Amino acid sequence: MSPQLSPDEKREALWQGKLSPKDPQGNPLPFQSPEAEKKYKERILRVKTAIEMEKLPDRVPVTVFPSMFPWKYAGMTVQEAMYDYEKCAAAFKKFILDFDPDLQWGAYAPGPGRFFEILDYKLYSWPGHGVAPECCYQCNEGEYMKPEEYDALIQDPTGYFIHVYLPRVFGALGGFQMLPFFPGILEMYGVALNFIPFGLPPVQATFQALFEAGAEALKWVTPIGGVDVELATLGYPTVLGGFTKAPFDVIGDTLRGTRGIMLDIYRRPEKLLKAMEVLTPLMIQMGVNSAQATGNPLIFIPLHKGADGFLSDEQFRKFYWPTLREVILGLIEGGCVPFPAAEGGYSSRLEVVKDLPRGKTVWMIDLTDMADAKRTIGQNACLLGNVPSSLLNLGTPEEVRAYVRRLIEVAGKDGGLIIANGAFFDEAKPENVKAMVEAAKEYGVY
Amino acid sequence: MSEELVNAIAEMKEEEAIQLVRDMLDKGVKPMAILDAARQAMDIIGQRYEKGIYFLPELMMAGEIMGQIAEILKPKLAESPEVKRLGRVLIGTVQGDIHDIGKNIVTFMLDANGFEVLDLGVDVPPQKFVEAVRDFQPQVVGLSGFLTLAFDSMKETIQALEAAGLRDKVKVMIGGGSVDEHVRAYTGADAYGRDAVAGVSLARKWVGA
Repeated sequence: MSPQLSPDEKREALWQGKLSPKDPQGNPLPFQSPEAEKKYKERILRVKTAIEMEKLPDRVPVTVFPSMFPWKYAGMTVQEAMYDYEKCAAAFKKFILDFDPDLQWGAYAPGPGRFFEILDYKLYSWPGHGVAPECCYQCNEGEYMKPEEYDALIQDPTGYFIHVYLPRVFGALGGFQMLPFFPGILEMYGVALNFIPFGLPPVQATFQALFEAGAEALKWVTPIGGVDVELATLGYPTVLGGFTKAPFDVIGDTLRGTRGIMLDIYRRPEKLLKAMEVLTPLMIQMGVNSAQATGNPLIFIPLHKGADGFLSDEQFRKFYWPTLREVILGLIEGGCVPFPAAEGGYSSRLEVVKDLPRGKTVWMIDLTDMADAKRTIGQNACLLGNVPSSLLNLGTPEEVRAYVRRLIEVAGKDGGLIIANGAFFDEAKPENVKAMVEAAKEYGVY
Repeated sequence: MSEELVNAIAEMKEEEAIQLVRDMLDKGVKPMAILDAARQAMDIIGQRYEKGIYFLPELMMAGEIMGQIAEILKPKLAESPEVKRLGRVLIGTVQGDIHDIGKNIVTFMLDANGFEVLDLGVDVPPQKFVEAVRDFQPQVVGLSGFLTLAFDSMKETIQALEAAGLRDKVKVMIGGGSVDEHVRAYTGADAYGRDAVAGVSLARKWVGA
C-alpha cells in the first residue's frame, strides 16, 4: 500500500478491496450465484455504514461472534473441533448457513490441537491436556515473566520474547535460550562463532519441532481459511483482520499475570509504565500488518484487566487507558478499524474511553448497560453486542426477541449499532441464537 | 506503634509495615498484638474495597503484606491464635472451569470479614463439594464459574447436594462471568452475587451476622 495515502484513504482502500473480493490466486472471486454476490456486497456496506455513522444503513446489521458454540451445535466436542480440521471447517460452514448472520468471524477459535502438542504449549489447558473433551481451552495464568526481567523486556522486547518468554510457554522451544544475540552479528571476523548454537542438538531439536509445527499449522489453515473463501462465495463476508491487545493486558494476561501486574502497580510502577510505552508501537504494528495481510479492516482488541472492579478510576487513567488509546489511534492512523471488546462491565470507564474520533471504531459491549454505553462512547463509536450469554443459554426465543427489540430502541435509532452476543459463548439454545438474528432483521429496518 | 502499623498496612506502605513489625518485636511487643493490628488493617482494606476506593491492586498487596507478616510471626506464636468466626463458607470453581481470580477475591473478602473459608480450588467435581459439605459443615456454599459451561456444573453440584440430603443444611450462592437471575433459577441456587461485596453481604445475611 502506498505510504502517501491518508488514514481515511487507507481504510477506504481496505473496504473497497472487500467489495471486490479476490480468490487466493488473485482473480476476482467467483460467487455461487448473483444473489450471493448481491447479499455479500449489501452486508459489507451495511456494516461499513453502521461503523462510519455518517448515514443510516438499510437496517441494523446482526452477527454471531461465538466461542465454541458452532461445534457444540454440530454435536461435536471441543476436542474433535481442535483435532479434526476438516470436520471443524464443515461444522462452521453449516453454522453460518443455518443462522444466516450478516458477518462471520472465521472458524479459527478451536485452533489446531496437534500443533499445540508438537510445541508443548504450557500457557493453556485444552481437551486431553488438562480439561475434559467437551471443555473449551483455558489459560493457565502464571508469572511467566519475573519481576526482575522488566529491564530486559524494555531494552529488547523481541529478544526477550525469543530468548526468555517463548521457551517458558512452549516446552519444545527450549533451544531458543541458546540462540545468539542477533545485533552482535556484524562483521566477518568472528561471525561464525554466533552460529555455533545452530549446530547443537537442543537448538536443532527446537527447529525440528518448529518445522513440524509449521507444517501442522498449514494443514489446519487450509480447510479453516478455505471456509472463509467458500462462505464469501455464498454471500457471507468476514471483516476481521486480526487482533492486538492493550499494552496493560499484554503484561497482565500472559507475562506477569493478574497478580503480578497488580503488585507491580505498587512495587515498580515506573518499570510497568515504561514497558507499556515500549510495547505500544509493537501492538500497533501487529494490528496494521495483520489488516494489510488479510485485507480486512477490523482489528479486534479484547480488553481484560481494566474492566469495572479491577482498577480504580485513577489507576485506569494512569496505567490502562493512555497506551490503549495510543494503540487505538495508531490503528486508525494505519487505516484499520479498531474493535475493542469491553469484556465484563465497563460502566465506570465509559466517560474516559469516549474520547475517540467519530465513526472510526466498533466497541463490543458485554455487561455494560447499553443505554449508558450509547450516551457516552456510543456518540462516537458503533456499538456491537450486548445480548447476554445467560439469555441465549437459558432464556426463551420470546425473551431474546424482546431484548433485541429493546436494544434497537435504546441504542440503534440513529445508527451505530450491530446486534450480537455480548460475550463469547460455548453453550446456547440454537432457537435463541436464531431468534437474535431474526429479531434484528425484523425490528432493525430503518 | 500499633496504630502506625495499622496505617502502614492500610495505606499499602509495604516496606514500612514490615520494618515496623520487626521493630515492634525487637521492643518486646507481643506477636498477638501485632497480629491484631494487622487484622484491623485488613478490616479497613476490606471496607475501602466495599466502598469502591480500593480495587485488585490493593487486595493483592494486602495479601502479600499479610503473608510476610505471618511468616515473621509464625515461629514466635506459641499456638495458633483463637479467632472468633462469623461462620463457615465452602467455596470453589465448579467442574470444567479453571478460572479463579473472582473466586480468590471473594475468598479474601470473606476471610477479611471474619468468615472461616475453605477453598476447594478450581475444576471441583460435584462429589468433592458434597464430601466437603459433610466434613467442613459450612452454612454457606459459594460456587464460582466463568464459562457458560459452568451453568450446568453449578446445577449438577446443587443436585448432588440434594441427592446427598445436604441441600437444606446450606445456603448456596453463585457468581462469576455472566451469572444472573436466569442462571440462578436454572441452577437452583439460593442467590447470585455480581461481585465480592455482594457475596459477603449474602453470607452475612445467611449466618445472621
